[in-house]
Amino acid sequence: MSTAPAIPAIRGTATVGVPVEQAFRVFTDSFGTWWPAEYHIGQAEMAAAILEPRAGGRWYETGVDGSECDWGRVLAWEPFHRLVVTWQINGHWQYDPDPEHASEIEVRFTADGPGQTTVELEHRLLDRLVGGQAIYDAIIGGGSWTGLLERFAKAAANQE
Amino acid sequence: MDTYRDASLGLLGDPSRRAIFELLARRPYSVGELAKQLPITRPAVSQHLRVLKDGGLVVSRPEGTRRVYQLNPDGVTALRAYLDRVWEEALTAFQKAAEAAPVDPEQEER
Repeated sequence: MSTAPAIPAIRGTATVGVPVEQAFRVFTDSFGTWWPAEYHIGQAEMAAAILEPRAGGRWYETGVDGSECDWGRVLAWEPFHRLVVTWQINGHWQYDPDPEHASEIEVRFTADGPGQTTVELEHRLLDRLVGGQAIYDAIIGGGSWTGLLERFAKAAANQE
Repeated sequence: MDTYRDASLGLLGDPSRRAIFELLARRPYSVGELAKQLPITRPAVSQHLRVLKDGGLVVSRPEGTRRVYQLNPDGVTALRAYLDRVWEEALTAFQKAAEAAPVDPEQEER
């Protein structure tokens, strides 16, 4: 796809003192209650973040103004042990509907005992996000061809 | 809580640096433009930019009489470093929420 080296997956682990069913429910049903509200992509303040509980479901935020912004799709819905969703927020911090540009997040829930669960998260295929030059575009310009060309012209004119 | 870490994580651990990084993800800015949008002084912005530059997340270039800052185009690490930070915070928040939620063994699977 590109000559750039693959970006290593991000991995995180949390051990929570609750049964695996509850860990899964809180992660999914109550997604909007714990997701840090500052990490959202809509223009409006985030009102809720929703993960639809089924394969093929939407993963999206709603704004206080009623607007909706997609984040990705649910690829695998396997209560209470495994969840795979896509993360399609590109370098412009915008939803990219192209599945070719979708990174994936897999979350595994493993019962360590009756009251303890290990939650392992992997955010992978990050190079897909940048494969469409999204990050490069984000770096170079504000998202429009006009803006990009203007900046290019300015930069070229000011080249030392 | 045991979270995967790497060197770049600390760079975005500071809220002001993260705010600067987020602004630069949208477009390049000068120090003055950044200071106008943030509740910190211009020298503080410069200080944070130096840290981000030393960490390889940000580069600068002259534009006329001023200097503009942008995310490092060679640093695909930039987006990864940001997401790493997002997940660290999110998992910490998830852990707190899971442990604070009332246990309800009667709850039906949806």
